Amino acid sequence: MKRNDLNRTSFIDWFLGNDGAISFAVVILGFIFGTIIVLLVGKNPINMYKSLLYSMIGRARSNGGWNFRYIGETLNYSIPFVLCGFAMAFAYRVGLFNVGGEGQYIMGMTAAQTVALLLPPFPGQWVVCLLAAIMAGAIWGGIVGLLKARFKVSEVVATIMLNYIALYLSRLICLQHPGATTYNTAALPATSKLAKFLIPSSNLNIGFFFMLAAVFIYWFVMEKTKAGFAFRATGYNQDAARCSGIPVVRSISVSMAVAGAFAGLAGALVLLGGAYPKGRIIVSMDNYGFNGMAVALVGNCRAIGTLLAGLLFGVMKQSQSLMQDMDIPKEITYIIQGLIVVFIALRAGLQLVREYRAKRIVASKVASV
Amino acid sequence: MQDKYAIQMIGITKAFPGIIANDNIMLNVKENEIHALLGENGAGKSTLMSILFGAYSPDAGEIRIHGNAVRIKDPNVATSLGIGMVHQHFKLVHNYTVTQNIVLGREPRRGKGLFAPLKLDDARQKAKDLSDRYGLFIDPDAKIEDITVGQQQRVEILKTLYSDSDIIILDEPTAVLTPQEIDELMQIIRRLKQEGKTIILITHKLKEIKAVADRCSVLRRGKLIDTVDVAGVSENQLASLMVGRPVSFEIEKADKKSGAVMLSIKGLNVKDSTGVLRVKDLDLEVRSGEIMGVAGVDGNGQSNMLDAICGLCKVQSGTIELDGCDITSMPIKERIQKGLGFIPEDRQRYGLVNEFTIAENVILKDYDKSRYSKPLGVLNMDAAKAQADELIKQFDVRSAQGSATKAGSLSGGNQQKVIVAREISLSPKVLVVAQPTRGLDVGAIEYIRHRIVAERDKGRAVLLVSFELDEIMNLCDRIATISKGSIVSVDDAKSVTAHEIGLRMAGSKEASDEEK
Repeated sequence: MKRNDLNRTSFIDWFLGNDGAISFAVVILGFIFGTIIVLLVGKNPINMYKSLLYSMIGRARSNGGWNFRYIGETLNYSIPFVLCGFAMAFAYRVGLFNVGGEGQYIMGMTAAQTVALLLPPFPGQWVVCLLAAIMAGAIWGGIVGLLKARFKVSEVVATIMLNYIALYLSRLICLQHPGATTYNTAALPATSKLAKFLIPSSNLNIGFFFMLAAVFIYWFVMEKTKAGFAFRATGYNQDAARCSGIPVVRSISVSMAVAGAFAGLAGALVLLGGAYPKGRIIVSMDNYGFNGMAVALVGNCRAIGTLLAGLLFGVMKQSQSLMQDMDIPKEITYIIQGLIVVFIALRAGLQLVREYRAKRIVASKVASV
Repeated sequence: MQDKYAIQMIGITKAFPGIIANDNIMLNVKENEIHALLGENGAGKSTLMSILFGAYSPDAGEIRIHGNAVRIKDPNVATSLGIGMVHQHFKLVHNYTVTQNIVLGREPRRGKGLFAPLKLDDARQKAKDLSDRYGLFIDPDAKIEDITVGQQQRVEILKTLYSDSDIIILDEPTAVLTPQEIDELMQIIRRLKQEGKTIILITHKLKEIKAVADRCSVLRRGKLIDTVDVAGVSENQLASLMVGRPVSFEIEKADKKSGAVMLSIKGLNVKDSTGVLRVKDLDLEVRSGEIMGVAGVDGNGQSNMLDAICGLCKVQSGTIELDGCDITSMPIKERIQKGLGFIPEDRQRYGLVNEFTIAENVILKDYDKSRYSKPLGVLNMDAAKAQADELIKQFDVRSAQGSATKAGSLSGGNQQKVIVAREISLSPKVLVVAQPTRGLDVGAIEYIRHRIVAERDKGRAVLLVSFELDEIMNLCDRIATISKGSIVSVDDAKSVTAHEIGLRMAGSKEASDEEK
């Protein structure tokens, strides 16, 4: 009995001290509330879970057979979520709040499209497109890093504003592209498109490997290298880092540029890996950059966590069409995503619970002495 | 004949996360006595007094004021019971006058309502009368920003008198005062007693207890160890009660063999972030093999001078040379490589990354050196852990999980040991030390001081800035006194008394001229 009591206590403490477990619980909580909402509007939540499950395992709804295209689309959707997650996470670990993933994503997409349409087609053109996108994203993020490091401009305000500048700048540039109408351009050359693999019926393309490479690079740089050590020290305690001779100004500029590079790559992969044959002239934001912030927060800004959270968001996006087939409003996925973000913010509250428990344990020891 | 008690605290217990701040404490304070509350930092003095003053509620126990059981649920209740508290950090509005500050929160008005005009004449007269009666010498019309720290403290005392307190709690009242101001405060405390007040003096300074207190209660690790008559015990006995073992505050050190000038500051001017000139034409030299102390009251430009030396802020004019090399506008990294070690005053903010482990903190300044490097720019954490284990052993750092312990979970003393270990392991030519023992327990204080002296004996130049004159007098070979941003005198530690230093700290140039 006594022993049981002890076990339960240590499980709760383990849970409260484990960011991964909390994230998992937060996602579950989001789905529980989502289920309640589905019930309240008089629909069958089983269908919601069916859609999600089918998106993950590739089961066809209609004939009871398999449809692996779902898996391909799920994985494909998760690419920009994960990459934009890193755009948030990389800056966050250095102590910055990058709200500019969206703008960096747009600039990456615009750069890739410009290279694809303005250069004459040549084999391997997509590589140049991706490099251009990474550069463009890095510059867009790096500007904010420089402003922050040199002039102490709030990175939150600067990135929000640059999101709008990116949107309209992208329109200005893309309207000059060959064959530009109000919403699209001439077809992108085949040499700039990304090759499909594994599941030809879906849009899954080699961009997926770039995403996996990004997961590894993020983990390696952040957790293993000396540069990552300096980044993390700066993020945790900028004053101590500065006092120890760590180049804080450089860390801030570089980290924003790297963050932007991830988002820029995401923009190119969405454009060049998509089913749409023509170039885009965007009229509104795709919101991958903003969703990336939620992805990073759910994933604790860790490599694997962000990957898993990105996959979850990918599943939800893919399941939207299945949901509509099964009489579930697809908006429920947005609601669940929103709920998850709200519950993530409760982490601060859990910290209080942790402190309260620590106090109670001490108090009970005092009483028993 | 039985003594009457002004305060009885019976079985007070209060726990915080991870610590029992007060453990079943019985405190009896007689009427009209000066009762000292002695204990190290973290012994539970402040918690106990906060409970008495209603800032915390106890987990268990009972409080009686003048024999009546009371429940003090907030400071207003304490005030209405006649308890006044002078906090360590004053709670005054700087651009208000003394009178305005005294009435703050209970302003007398002509008529009723939110917009009724103030009626300060009576308050002003009462403040003046009280000031005269208790010898406080406070001008009720002076603005707080125009008077000295010592006077500000007396305004705080005046505030408690104005609200008719007959029990006055003074929390570490001498921490911010010069030796002369401390003497004046002692006079005032005696005067308060003559006028029938009961005084509780919270302190960890033994001299002050011997000087004024009638009885003394000693707290150690949350427990009341003993209550003694001060007349019957020596300072050493009090110290042993406080620490739990015999202690010696004197540090034995060999005669100094100082050498070449290692740190040379000439004509230094530094502004703070608001543009006020804090360091003015400051000259200072530190030689190898000596500890140069900088004595002064807090806020006389010490921290700005330290920031300039360490590269945390820009210099207006002047030069700083380290071993003959001009470092005035050098990046921090290069200063460290040139041999500048720094033990900062605010160790949580500048010294450590709390979320990092001891191993990560130990390599914070030289993580990019080849010994911590692997190919591809990978950090060699095994080497870092080995170095941390070595330093943990050498410097006796107590931690739960060795080198993998997070710095933030260490006690203050052990955090400081980690910083000292890191700085010393980098073998600096010049070691700049700011307030190295602030907030530490006596064991850690002894240890850190010995380490600093050992560095000097190795032939390093040590610059020690401290607000504790005792520490300066004890440790240093030479003492520079700083006042209003300038060094007003440099003395050999053996040929100067604390009293003389105190006069110079107060900025009285005449005093130092007179003696010469």
